[in-house]
Amino acid sequence: MTKYLRSKTENKNFDVIIIGAGIVGSMIARFLSRYKLDILLIEKEADVCMGTTAANTAIIHAGYDPLPGTLKAEMNILGNRMWNTVAGELNIPFERRGDYVVAIGKKELPHLDELFQRGVKNGVPGMMLISGDEVRKREPDINPDVSGALWAETGGITDPFAANFAACENAVMNGVTLLLETAFEAFVIDGKRIVGIKTNKGTFGTRWIVNAAGLYSDDVMHKAGIRPEFKITPRKGEYYVFDSADISVNNVLFPVPTVISKGIMVTTTVHGNTIIGPNAESIQDKEDTSVTEEGLTEVWRGAVKLVPKLNLRYAISLFAGLRAEGNARCKNQNVNYSHDYVIEIPAEIQGLVNLGGIESPGLASSPAIAQRIVGLLKDAGEKLEEKSDWNPIRPARPRFRDLSKEEQKILIHNDPEYGRIVCRCENVTEGEIVAEIHSPIPARTYDAIKRRTWLGTGRCQGAFDTPRVVGILSRELGLPPEQISKKGPGSEFLVGKTKKV
Amino acid sequence: MATEETKMICLGCPVGCSLTVTHNKDTIIKVEGTQCNIGIEFATSEIRDPRRMIATTVRVKGGIHPLVPVYTASPFPKPLIMKLMEELRKIELEAPVKIDQVVLKNALGTGIDVIASRDLPLAPD
Amino acid sequence: MALKKKFDVVVVGSGPGGLGAAIAAKKAGAEDVLIIERDKELGGILLQCIHNGFGTEMFKEDLPGPKYAQRFVGEALSLGIETLLDAMVLDITPLRHIYATSKWSGFIEIDARAVVLAMGARERTRSQIRTPGTRPAGVYTAGTAQRFVNIEGFMPGKRFVILGSGDIGMIMARRLTLEGAKIERVLEIMPFLTGVTRNYVQCLRDFDIPLQLRHTVNRILGNKRVEAIESVQVDEQMKPIPGTEEIIPADTLLLSVGLIPENELSKKAGVGLDPITGGPYVNEEMETTVPGIFSAGNVVHIYDLVDWVTEAGYIAGKGAAKFALSERKHGLDSVKLKVGVNIHHIIPHMLSKESLRDIPQKLQVRVIKPIEGKVWIEVTDGKNLLARKLERYVRPGEMVTIEIPQKAYDMVKNAETLTVNIVKFG
Repeated sequence: MTKYLRSKTENKNFDVIIIGAGIVGSMIARFLSRYKLDILLIEKEADVCMGTTAANTAIIHAGYDPLPGTLKAEMNILGNRMWNTVAGELNIPFERRGDYVVAIGKKELPHLDELFQRGVKNGVPGMMLISGDEVRKREPDINPDVSGALWAETGGITDPFAANFAACENAVMNGVTLLLETAFEAFVIDGKRIVGIKTNKGTFGTRWIVNAAGLYSDDVMHKAGIRPEFKITPRKGEYYVFDSADISVNNVLFPVPTVISKGIMVTTTVHGNTIIGPNAESIQDKEDTSVTEEGLTEVWRGAVKLVPKLNLRYAISLFAGLRAEGNARCKNQNVNYSHDYVIEIPAEIQGLVNLGGIESPGLASSPAIAQRIVGLLKDAGEKLEEKSDWNPIRPARPRFRDLSKEEQKILIHNDPEYGRIVCRCENVTEGEIVAEIHSPIPARTYDAIKRRTWLGTGRCQGAFDTPRVVGILSRELGLPPEQISKKGPGSEFLVGKTKKV
Repeated sequence: MATEETKMICLGCPVGCSLTVTHNKDTIIKVEGTQCNIGIEFATSEIRDPRRMIATTVRVKGGIHPLVPVYTASPFPKPLIMKLMEELRKIELEAPVKIDQVVLKNALGTGIDVIASRDLPLAPD
Repeated sequence: MALKKKFDVVVVGSGPGGLGAAIAAKKAGAEDVLIIERDKELGGILLQCIHNGFGTEMFKEDLPGPKYAQRFVGEALSLGIETLLDAMVLDITPLRHIYATSKWSGFIEIDARAVVLAMGARERTRSQIRTPGTRPAGVYTAGTAQRFVNIEGFMPGKRFVILGSGDIGMIMARRLTLEGAKIERVLEIMPFLTGVTRNYVQCLRDFDIPLQLRHTVNRILGNKRVEAIESVQVDEQMKPIPGTEEIIPADTLLLSVGLIPENELSKKAGVGLDPITGGPYVNEEMETTVPGIFSAGNVVHIYDLVDWVTEAGYIAGKGAAKFALSERKHGLDSVKLKVGVNIHHIIPHMLSKESLRDIPQKLQVRVIKPIEGKVWIEVTDGKNLLARKLERYVRPGEMVTIEIPQKAYDMVKNAETLTVNIVKFG
């Protein structure tokens, strides 16, 4: 399966190089893989999906939140519509359950009207204002003081890891070269044209470069000499994850939004866990994903306002993510908004497809953004000839725990490795782990396996499976256990043998 | 000849009595706080020649695990514990190992054997 | 090897509780007894608990964990108990149909006349105690580290901070020190030791490992691997006291912050769980609220002595065999046991009114607060004292037992609830 990974030196010249293998970069790679282009996707981390895509609320937003007229609103609406197709082709979990914005007490009610109007202007289909009684009926655990809700039937939930991996895997299946642990350092510029990039793994020539660097998109564009005023301010959001067995809400519950964020919500995941969060704290450090006492307290207060019966005893995981908030003004002069998406081919320099500030709803928007990039390249004169053998389908690999007992029986019969459970809480099998290690984007770290299989995400948080996974990785990769890491070099689990002589 | 008082917690049983031992060097004068004779025995040994049960592992070639757990057949002199660990690091057994098999005889000349605390069968193939 | 489709007693787990249950079931007349174990060999967590201290009640000997386990493994095998190793039970129905899977035997379905749940416990994690900070490599539960060091033969770090003064944490502090690692600190959020005192002496004090009570981890530092631990002192409400933070350079944080009975399967089987213990409600035979499903050991509540786990296994196994052989009358009236002053929980939760006919009944009690000084443990029916026992002290880290004598038969028969209290002596 590693046939997909070409040797680093085999090709040093590409048509397109994409910086960053988050959901946006991966989705762009996947959409561009349809055409006869030599594409390189680089990622500075040891795996794809290591930044903003890895830590968010996992929601496909309906689109009533962004201000009408913004690029954000446009991408959200277009992206939301594309999710059925994208999820179907890539075989990723996606449930269009709809979502609620919940007003608690009479004071919050007028906000719902405002959001409803915004949604209408943005073109969100299937919205409805419903009564407090109706909300209580649909979500029995909700705060009894609920006065009403905005219901949007097109809201959905997905697994951002699965989406990111699947998009990237499909790109790789269709000929895109992915290089991990490859960090962008500088552009090679010839006059007013970008002709290549320098990385820690060498220099690569290219005709086009796509800036999908997320939190670092400002640095990348500054190095290209454009938008010197553009700045990404990481906005940290902290979360709790609850045991799937102990608490569940039926749906996505937003509070009425504040100026800076959509607020602390209570939502369910495609894996059945309830998650609460995020708060919103602007910080400086683009790598600071630590959880804090204050942040968690804020999240907790916000969440129990919506669902008072939440019990911290059932919290099984904590995490924090950073949204890449930009400061680009909306192109539409009539809209007073200064955190809009940047999606452009700037006039100042040739060969750059520039993106920035793709914060929430970036996951929902990602297919639309990718589609937009295809359009921009066409407009710039790229021929974009379609490949005859492009395959949009990324086949799913079996997930033991989602199968019926009959299906499990057949799976184990055909491959006994699916008979050994390695993660006791989430019922992840050795067969699944081995398949991921040898997949088109090989999982080479513990976290890479965790995020592909959902292993280690349950109540014991990996206490049971960690030694076993280290053993399997060591065996399959032919590496000593001391070289097996959590998330790449520097995060190894073990420091040596017990008996040093 | 100055007498001194040493406070200790008895390890004789899970109760863990707090003992105050009055002694003149190795000569025990008085043991307070004990509930039984074990306390007096423990206090005497702790003053004269403190010992502990030591459990660790030694390497095994060809077994189902790379290590076999071992322990001292009786409490081992405390000052020699780290030295014992060094000795045991040098040992590599061949599987199969049997429970109670002597791994190190008369460890450091103490007369105490180190023995295996389980069977360790050969690894299949 | 073809596995039978129907067993008298199926035991899930082969730790001390499971082994005890299987042995007792066989001895009580159950013919076909099967143990299903998820590891490759029998013995459970005892195999990685290589330290001494096991068997003092059962054998009046001080044995290492593997040796204690091997005695029971040997006995189980010589009794002809069947085993299914490297296999995981996926599901148990309330009617005791069991689904399991393994690499070697494939997907298996078995019917059991009686089941004993003996899955043990899992360790509380960093998330459950809500430790702030980054999420680097180098944060382990003490048990995971113990497996790496003692079974797999690898060291998970060089410089450790240990959170929690539970027994596993202190034992790992000694173990890692013996293997050449440095234990910088053991932090305990409570104002008292949560493990037993002897472990403090022989695991920490003997090796000059500092213990700080009323301290906890304020923050984990380091993005890839742990780089340091920030400790902090806490006040009476266990809230961090600003200004008391200290950065301790370390590459590993070990967590020894308690065990939680592992009851995912119990839930699937419809067994009622006590929110206080996290384990099933049980009667004096260790039978759960689902007839024919018994449970034993740390799956019921957390023990501090393995010998008692074995004993609980015996009780459950015997009950399971009786059930399987249909000797037992069902739907017996029972008396509830109620927690009184300074009692955290009592096992069993209920006694059948006939339970004292043949034998006295032992209650296992965990207290909430330590009392260093003589106390009475009392069992009353509200009017009469059924049993009373003097203890020199009570501590949350050390379970206490009290026996209700057979002479209380009539009082139990007429009671609705019995209450256990801790009362200061004098």
